[in-house]
Order: sequence, then structure tokens, then C-alpha cells
Amino acid sequence: MSRVRLLWDSSVGKKVIMAVTGLIMVAYLIIHVLANLLVFQGPSKINAYSAFLHGAGGALWAVRLVLLGALVLHVVAAVQLAGRGFDARPVGYAAGREPQVSTWASRTIRWGGGLILVFLVYHILHFTVGTAHPEFVEGDPYHNVSSGFHNLGVVIVYLVAMAAVGLHLYHGLWSSGRSLGMSPPSPNPFRRAAVLVLALVIWLGFTVIPLAVYAGVVR
Amino acid sequence: MIQLRSKVPGGPIEEKWDKHRFEMRLVNPANKRKHTILMVGSGLAGASAAASLSELGYNVKCFCFQDSPRRAHSIAAQGGINAAKNYRNDGDSIYRLFYDTVKGGDFRSREANVYRLAQLSVNIIDHCVAQGVPFAREYGGLLDNRSFGGAQVSRTFYARGQTGQQLLLGAYQQMEKEIDRGGVTMFPRTEMLDLIVIDGRARGIVTRDMVTGRISSHLGDAVVLGTGGYGNVFYLSTNAKGSNATAIWRAYKRGAAFANPCFTQIHPTCIPVSGPNQSKLTLMSESLRNDGRVWVPRQAGDRRQPTEIAESERDYYLERKYPSFGNLAPRDIASRAAKEVCDEGRGVGESGLGVYLDFADAIRRLGERSIRDRYGNLFEMYQRITDENPYRVPMRIFPAVHYTMGGLWVDYNLMSTIPGLHVIGEANFSDHGANRLGASALMQGLADGYFILPATIGEYLASAKLEKVTADHPECRRVEADVTGYTRRLLEIQGKRTVDSFHRELGKLMWDYCGMSRSAEGLRKALSQIPPLRQEFWRNVNVPGSDTELNQALEKAGRVADFLELSELMCLDALQREESCGGHFRVEFQTQDGEALRNDEEFAYVAAWEYAGPDLEPALHKEPLQFEYVPLAQRSYK
Amino acid sequence: MNLTLRIWRQAAPTAPGRLVEYQATEISPDESFLEMLDAVNERLVEEGEVPIAFDHDCREGICGSCSLMINGVAHGPMRGTASCQLHMRSFRDGDVITVEPWRVRAFPVVRDLVVDRTALDRIIQAGGYISAPTGGAQDANTILIPKETVDTAMDAAQCIGCGACAAACPNGSASLFTAAKLAHLGLLPQGQPERYRRTLQMVARMDIERFGGCTLYGECQEACPKLISIDTITRMNRDFLRASLTAGRGAVAESD
Ligand SMILES: Cc1cc2nc3c(=O)[nH]c(=O)nc-3n(C[C@H](O)[C@H](O)[C@H](O)COP(=O)(O)OP(=O)(O)OC[C@H]3O[C@@H](n4cnc5c(N)ncnc54)[C@H](O)[C@@H]3O)c2cc1C
Ligand code: HEM
Ligand code: HEM
Ligand code: SF4
Ligand code: F3S
Ligand code: FES
Repeated sequence: MSRVRLLWDSSVGKKVIMAVTGLIMVAYLIIHVLANLLVFQGPSKINAYSAFLHGAGGALWAVRLVLLGALVLHVVAAVQLAGRGFDARPVGYAAGREPQVSTWASRTIRWGGGLILVFLVYHILHFTVGTAHPEFVEGDPYHNVSSGFHNLGVVIVYLVAMAAVGLHLYHGLWSSGRSLGMSPPSPNPFRRAAVLVLALVIWLGFTVIPLAVYAGVVR
Repeated sequence: MIQLRSKVPGGPIEEKWDKHRFEMRLVNPANKRKHTILMVGSGLAGASAAASLSELGYNVKCFCFQDSPRRAHSIAAQGGINAAKNYRNDGDSIYRLFYDTVKGGDFRSREANVYRLAQLSVNIIDHCVAQGVPFAREYGGLLDNRSFGGAQVSRTFYARGQTGQQLLLGAYQQMEKEIDRGGVTMFPRTEMLDLIVIDGRARGIVTRDMVTGRISSHLGDAVVLGTGGYGNVFYLSTNAKGSNATAIWRAYKRGAAFANPCFTQIHPTCIPVSGPNQSKLTLMSESLRNDGRVWVPRQAGDRRQPTEIAESERDYYLERKYPSFGNLAPRDIASRAAKEVCDEGRGVGESGLGVYLDFADAIRRLGERSIRDRYGNLFEMYQRITDENPYRVPMRIFPAVHYTMGGLWVDYNLMSTIPGLHVIGEANFSDHGANRLGASALMQGLADGYFILPATIGEYLASAKLEKVTADHPECRRVEADVTGYTRRLLEIQGKRTVDSFHRELGKLMWDYCGMSRSAEGLRKALSQIPPLRQEFWRNVNVPGSDTELNQALEKAGRVADFLELSELMCLDALQREESCGGHFRVEFQTQDGEALRNDEEFAYVAAWEYAGPDLEPALHKEPLQFEYVPLAQRSYK
Repeated sequence: MNLTLRIWRQAAPTAPGRLVEYQATEISPDESFLEMLDAVNERLVEEGEVPIAFDHDCREGICGSCSLMINGVAHGPMRGTASCQLHMRSFRDGDVITVEPWRVRAFPVVRDLVVDRTALDRIIQAGGYISAPTGGAQDANTILIPKETVDTAMDAAQCIGCGACAAACPNGSASLFTAAKLAHLGLLPQGQPERYRRTLQMVARMDIERFGGCTLYGECQEACPKLISIDTITRMNRDFLRASLTAGRGAVAESD
């Protein structure tokens, strides 16, 4: 049996794959949030950054492919694992299963992930392709962002999506360390101060942008 | 008429087992595959034997009544397992373990068997460590030891308070490995209800599939019973709810002699009964007596809180009566002493059936931390059950039925009086005489299963000429019909009383008359009350449900029906043994200061009973016991 | 105290089941949960009804037989406690208590509250052992094992095989059970030769038995009567990853 097959067939292996692909996406998100925060420094910086990206030619597409591949693997594995989970309990508990210690973030990881997926489609149509943006200007992300968030509905969509991302990371970052077998043993395995900080920072970093635009701080 | 031939080999005791192993015939490796061995029981004895026999190449079928072999009651043993490793350099040796065990058993065991047990104890520890049993270690990485009640050397190996669990899991895993390989076939939730004897040899068993109710025969070349003890005859005991005598009892009724049925061990440190619905008793490890002090108020009827009773008003009766062993006096002695003070009205707790086990001194001396380190899990368990905090108030303890030294009679090869029927572990009468020392049952079960039976069964298989039998043999049909009929009868009574109500009544009777202290008068009373109770059972028990489904009431009914017969044999045995020895205390036979008074002239024998038929008095056979190495002496723990 | 029980009754593996209401009267807080069920059963028998079937044996929290889902919590409300060691003082007079069997595909219901957990035995068969045939061992003290190592191994080895982890896990995963055994054996020097092979095979078996995967919800640890840590799962994942990537072709080939 090939090693890839071994990983892909096993529930533990699938989690390894989810963790790796998840972390690749997290790396992108960190860069993405930092880049997006450039809007606070006016149009020149962020547009320059965008131009630099688009100018990189093949490299941009390489990154896009990696991200797309990661997303596909991540989502397929997520769906399959969820399927196995449901399959493993065909009859539920009449009294409901009372959660004891699982975090809300962990319990929402699946439909939260689904939400992120839907958001992603919309987000790319919104800011990359532009078809979902009435005032879209190719190559001017500053304009696109600052004009994109005047609509309260759009802002709310983003806020909800960012909450989902934050929660997803709060559980996902912690669990990926365990899926990869890297977290050291701990008397209280649920503690995750560093993860909390990272998830909060990413969530906040994204969240302030639509709020700032809507409030008129960025115009 | 059965013959009790112990088959103990000649020669000096140190060489008997080696010599015997050499002299026994071997089964050719190629032929081992052709032999099927039926192993009833998956406890320490059964699982270790099944695994080892399968490794040798035999075909093994293993049966247990739980849903998994890992749940056999050996799992509950807490304290530890003895071995004469002398890792402490404190003067231990094989000879000393042998000596202690013979003496501890109050000279009612077979010297040669005990010596072999002591020899093999060493190999057991080696094997278990190789399997990955996580015995406690010291910082240097070497194995740790503790001392256990009744021994003056530190020879007990332990894995926290879960030694039995870890040892059983070791044997279970070894057996699961063999199941995977195909050498062992496991039949969980299957109970043995009868033995098939063909041409005088044990050739099979009849079982009931506890899920479907199917009665079927399993045939083989030898049958091994490792079905544990019968302490549940007392209803309340430290045994698991399912522990039963059915397998050995039905084998007895097919001709296997039952030895020393009255030898029961009452453990001194159990949590007292709390109410009428109590279903079992929980043992608190004997190791607690290393640091706890046992006491009761001096004044009878003193109902004050323990903390309000001043030092001078307390009676530390074990320390007073047995200054050299104090709180560590052997189990039988400590138990009886507790009963005495309760009989005097000095017992504590609501029922007056309890004594204090107090850690206040130890906590003062060593600090709460070290007590927590040593006994934390036991204290927690106590608190969980009683809702009292033993760090603040003394524990309450009371003796409870714990172990049955009696069982089916076996020879040196562990074979019963029915050729081909072998008996291992607590189910046989073997090595503990009239009283078992702490941490030696695990040792015995594993010695039997890993080392003795795999060697001796070959001798039987190589020497017996076994015809092939198939399931359509008339004897199989007959025994199956017996079992089916028996089950149907139980279901058809449809009386008024529950099985448990009979079991409780029987248990009380046995505890009162055949428990910690016995008298001819009491035993006669029990003997006159058991048969009517049994008759009422067969007239008035209510077993709902059918025999083609999972029916726990039916399982219980079958077991209690057997207890109702076995109890009578226990009383008979206790009555004929007109002496006090070990766990068997007859009030008529005691020294001036109330200690057990043995009578070696007349009773240095194993009492082996032969079934004579329903409602007929069984025949008593005696296997005389000689003590060549450990001189007969009155036990003294003063 | 007096209680209302809603108990899952199901006559046979394929028969339909339902929750049936019973009254438990005059129950003492010092009784155990199973003794309370005994009392209900005793009354049922007296009334000529079929008693409630439930698994139990040792009643001291070590055999792993008992397996009750009590008000949606595996083994009931008391932490680190098996159903049989749960006492009625954890409940209040007048409480309504729902009792159900473990609900996991790999544990089909046999009757009422009794389920078939042989899947766990099969996970052990797949490799949950150290191959050490009887008779070949060296002296026990020739293997030195640091106390900390043995203590950690023992923490994991305490598993009683009750299946509460899978029952409580939203995914119906037996990860904690499997990981506990892998940690016990994988930490000890004796367990090293088979370590990676064992990991691959036991994990594969877990999937074959159709247990779910692990999302690290952590419910299993909380339900576990021995409070076995999900750190064991981390360990299992690490060993699995190592086994599949680096630990020799042999281990991979053998897991075919
Ligand atoms: C609470 C407690 C603590 C103990 N602590 C210690 C200790 O610290 N040290 C020590 O040395 N000893 C201790 N003992 C004693 C020791 O644990 C037992 O004597 C020993 O484990 C018995 O092992 P066994 O294999 O003979 O029987 P068990 O482990 O009782 O196994 C019996 C097996 O037989 C099967 N069985 C029974 N009847 C049938 C049937 N009719 N059909 C099919 N299968 C059947 C059962 O399913 C089970 O698998 C303790 C005992 C108890 C109760
Ligand atoms: C408020 C939050 C966000 C803002 C303002 C924002 C803004 C943008 C903008 C302006 C672009 C286009 C960049 C360009 O074309 O140069 C973009 C692209 C993208 N964003 Fe976001 N984003 C946000 C959140 C997110 C989140 C949470 C994710 C992921 C979950 C995400 C994933 C992406 C992706 C995948 C692209 C496409 C990159 C490419 O061109 O390949 N974004 N985002
Ligand atoms: C930008 C996007 C995403 C990032 C950064 C991300 C990140 C992560 C991370 C790090 C994990 C932890 C993996 C582990 O425990 O080993 C994870 C788990 C998970 N993710 Fe995502 N994810 C993203 C998108 C999605 C999407 C779109 C989905 C859904 C369709 C999704 C569904 C899940 C699920 C279900 C899990 C839990 C898997 C399990 O434990 O069974 N994720 N994610
Ligand atoms: S890990 Fe805990 S919950 Fe799971 S089977 Fe073992 S003891 Fe039970
Ligand atoms: S609850 Fe289930 S998801 Fe994992 S951490 Fe425990 S197995
Ligand atoms: S009955 Fe044995 S653990 Fe509960």
C-alpha cells in the first residue's frame, strides 16, 4: 500500500492532511490580513502591494494553485470525515448528548467551515473577479475595498464570515498541533493561550476593515 | 468410587517439578494442532492458559460469560502479586515464600504444590514485565515492592491499586494475539451449563449462548475450568455480580470431587453495608492497614462522632491483642477480631457493623501529601461510595466474604477426579490451604495458566487414547436435553418471589451460620433450613422472559439454584471439620484466648466430596497431608 | 427519594425500541445507580414484567461492563466515575432521568441497555499487545524503566474498555480507547519493536469497525471513568504519521 494511500484512507491520515492544508491556508491568511491592513495607510501602499503580486506572473498562479489544492483537499477530507462521523452514530440519543467540555468553536467547526466556503466564493467574486461588486475597478483594491463596504448587508456578511473564521481557527489551530502529534503533553490539554491570541488577532485584523470603511475612517 | 491420587512426584521438594517436567510425556508439535482444548473462563488463569496453550500449537476454544474476556473478575484485584525475587535483599527466598504460604494456609495445603508455586512466582514476574505490565518502579528504574498483610518481607509487586487489572490485561492481550492468529477462538457471553463425560473422560461442555439462548455442545480432547470462586453463595461479597459456581458445581455433579468447600476467606477491610438494597461489597486494599490504625470505642453503645472520642476511650484492639503484628495481623484473625468487638456492641456506624480504620496518626506523622500519594485512589473510592472524607474522619470498615480456598479437587497435574477435566485458578482447591495470604491468588492463577497446565496437559493428551467424538454422540444429546429441560423448568415455575430474594435469604443464612465463626449447632440449623429454601425456590421463584433471548433473570436463577445446593455442601464440610483452621473457625475449638485451635491428629487432610445423587448425602474422601518441610506448628501472630 | 426514569427498552437487536417511563420510589441517596435499577427490576419481576437488561459485573468501576448514558452524559454526571460507582446522592428527589444505551454503530444494541462491544476486542487483536511468548522472558529487572515513564504508561493502561469515549464522542470515535492502549505499550521499552506496526494496524482496525474520526472535541476524556488524557491521541497521531512517512517500508507493507 502506498504511503499516500495509507494517509488518505485512514481517519487519522485524513486529519493529518487537514491539518497540513489548514496550516497552509492559515499562513496565507496571516499574510492576507497584514496586507489588507495596509488600507489604513492610504491607497498607494496596498495598490502597490497588489501590483507587485499581479506582476509576479507565474508565481501568483503557483500560489493560487497551492491554495486551491489545499482548499480542495481540506474540504474533501472534512466532508469525508464528517460523513464517517455521522455514519458512526446512525441512531442518536433521545435525551440529546450533553456536551461537557467541547468548545463551541469545535462544535461549529463543520458548518462554520461550510460558511467559510460559501463566503470564499462570494469574496472572490467580490474583490478578485469583481462580478459581485457594482463599482469594481480592476487593479485598484483600495478603491474596491473602500467602496465595497458602504453597503450594510455586505458588511454584515463579512462580519459573520470573519467570526466563523475566528472560531474555525480557535479550534483548528489548536487541534492541528494534535493532529500532527506536535503538541507536548499537558496536564490540561484544553489550554491554548497562544492559539487564542493568534485567532483573536486574525479575526480583529480582518474585522476592523469593513467596520472602519463603514464608519468612514477609511474612505 | 473415586480415587484421590495426588500424583506428587518423589524426590526432594526443590527438584520435584523439574523432575516431573522431564518425566512427563510430550505431545509431538505436529500433533498439537489436532488437539482441541476447551477453556472455560478468561480470568488470569483461563486467559493465561489459553494464550500459552495456543502458542504451543493447541487449538483452544475459550468461553466466558461477560461480553469480553477482559472483564473477568481478576480485573478487580487491587493489592499485588507475590514473587520470591528477593529484590529487596530482606531475606526472601523461594523457600521462605513456600514456608509463609504453607503456614499462612494453616497447614491444610499440599506442600509440593506450594513449593512449585513459589518457584514459578519468579518466572511470572519476568513474563509479565516482558508483556508490558506497568508494575510500579523506583526512580532508578528498578521494580518496586511493598509488603502485604501476613508477611514480614517486601515481596509484593504492584501496579498502583490495579494490579489484577494490569496482569489480566497482559494475559488478555496475549490471548487476543492468539485469537488473531487463529489459535484461540473466543466465545464471549457464553456460559457453560454442563460437562460432557464420555467413557469416563471429560470430552466436552454444553453451553448457552446468552444472547440467543442457543444450547449447544462443544467437544474437545480436554476440558479446563478456570471459572473463579464461589463467594457469591453469601450474596454479599467482594466478587463480581456474575461470579458463580455453576461450572464447577455441574462438574461436581458429573463426578469431580469438591475439596474443602467450607474454606472461605473473609477479608477484614471492606466498606460496610449501607442499606437493604446493597448489592455487593467493595474491598479496600489491605495495604491500608500499613498506615491505618484499627479501633472501636471502649464503651459499648458509644454513639459519639469518632473525633469526639478521646484517645483513652478508644480500644486499638489489634495492637492490644497482637502486639508484634498489630494492624497487619492476617486476614482471618483481623476479621474475627472485628466481628468480636461488634458482637460486644462496640461496632460503629449506623448498623453497628463496622470498626474504624484511622489515618489521623499517619497523617500527623507523614503529612497528608504522602498519605495521598500512597492511597489517594483508595481514599477517593471510599469517598465516592460513602460520601465521607477519610482524610478528616476515620474510615469505617467491616469484614466481607472475599475468596474461596475450596474448589474442585485436583492432583499435582491440576487434573480433577474426572480424567481430562483440569481445573485452574480460584476454581480449584489447590495451594492456599485454609487461608490465603494476600497477593497470592494472582500468583497462583498465573502459575497455573502460564506454566503448569501447559506442561501437564501434554502428559494427559499423550497418554490418553481418545476416540473421536462428534456432536451427534448420544451423550451430547442427552446432556443438552438435560440442560434444556432444566432451563425450561426454571421458566415454568412462574411463582411469586424474585431470584434475588432467595439469594439474599440464602446469603444471610450462610453468613450467620457458615460465615466468620461456625458452630455445630448453627451449621445444623443451616442444614435444616437450606433444603426447604431450595424447595421453595423450585416451587415459587419467578423467572420472567423466555429461553431464546438475552435473559439476565434466567442466568441469575441458574446460578442461585446451584448456590442453593453448594451451600449445603459447605455446611456439611464445615460440620465434619471439627477443628478451627485458617478461615474456618469453629467456636467449639479455640484456645483460651480465643485463637483458632487446629487438630492435626485428626484433620490434617483435604476433605474431598463425591456427589451421590440428588438429595443423597455425598461421600467424603480424605487426602492425608504430610508436612515434611514445614513443621506443623500452631500459628502465632502475637 | 422518588424519581421518574425514562429507560430505553428494546427486546432484541432488530426489534424497535422506545423510552419507557418507570417510577423509582424510596431510593436512598447512599445506593448506587445500579442498585436503584435493581430495585426497579425487582418490582418489575414481582409484577410479572421483564426486567431491564443492563451490563454490569464488578460494580466497583474496574471491569468496564456498565455502560449507561444518563441524561445524555456517558456514565452520568460524576466526573471520572463509571455508572456502577455513581451514587444516587448525585440526583435530587423528583428528578427525571433518561437512561439510554451507548449509541455507536460499532456497538449494536443487544437488548435494552446492553450493547455489543466486541469491536474493541478486535482493535486489540489488531496489535494491542507485545509479542512475548510464555517462557522466553529475561529477568524482570534487566529492563530499566524510569518511574515517570511507567507512571505515564500506567495512566493510559488504566483504560477499562467501557466504550464511554466512543459513546460520548460526537463522531462516535474510539480514538481514546485505541490511543490509550498505544500509549501504554508505545511508551515502554518492551513495546518499541512493534510500535509503528501496532499503530498502523490498530488505527486501520478502528476504521474498519466504522468508528468515526477524531475532531478533538475532547468529550471522550471527560466521559472516561479513568480520565485518560487526549494527550494519548496526540501520541497516536504522531506515531501514525511517523509510521506512514518514515518508519520503514516493513511497517507500511504489513498494514496491507
Ligand atoms: C476485590 C478483589 C480483590 C483481590 N485482590 C487480590 C490481590 O490483591 N492479590 C491477589 O493475589 N488476589 C486478589 N484477589 C483474588 C484474585 O483476584 C482471584 O482469586 C483471581 O483473580 C481469580 O482468577 P481466576 O482466573 O481463577 O477467576 P476469574 O478471574 O474470576 O475468572 C473467571 C472466569 O470464568 C468465567 N466463567 C465463570 N463461570 C462461567 C461459566 N459458567 N461459563 C463460562 N464462563 C464462566 C468468567 O467469565 C471469567 O472469565 C482479589 C479478589 C477480589 C474479589
Ligand atoms: C475583511 C476581510 C477581507 C478583506 C478586506 C479582503 C480583501 C481582499 C481583496 C481586496 C482581495 C483582492 C486582492 C487582489 O486582487 O490583489 C482579496 C483576495 C482574496 N481573499 Fe480576501 N479579504 C478579506 C478576508 C478574507 C478571508 C477571511 C479569506 C479566507 C478565508 C480571504 C481569502 C481571499 C482569497 C483566497 C483571495 C484571492 C487571492 C487571489 O487573487 O488569488 N479573504 N481579499
Ligand atoms: C481559509 C480557510 C480555512 C482554514 C484556514 C482552515 C483551517 C483549518 C484548520 C487548521 C483545521 C484543523 C485541522 C486539524 O484539526 O488537524 C481545520 C479543521 C477543519 N476545517 Fe478548516 N479551514 C479552512 C477552511 C475550511 C473550509 C472552507 C471548510 C469547510 C468546508 C473547513 C472545514 C474544516 C473542518 C470540518 C475541520 C475539522 C476537521 C476534523 O477535525 O474532523 N475548513 N480547518
Ligand atoms: S478510554 Fe476511558 S472511556 Fe474509553 S474505553 Fe477506556 S476507560 Fe472507557
Ligand atoms: S470526543 Fe471524539 S473527536 Fe476526538 S477528542 Fe474525543 S475522540
Ligand atoms: S460494573 Fe464493572 S465497571 Fe461498572
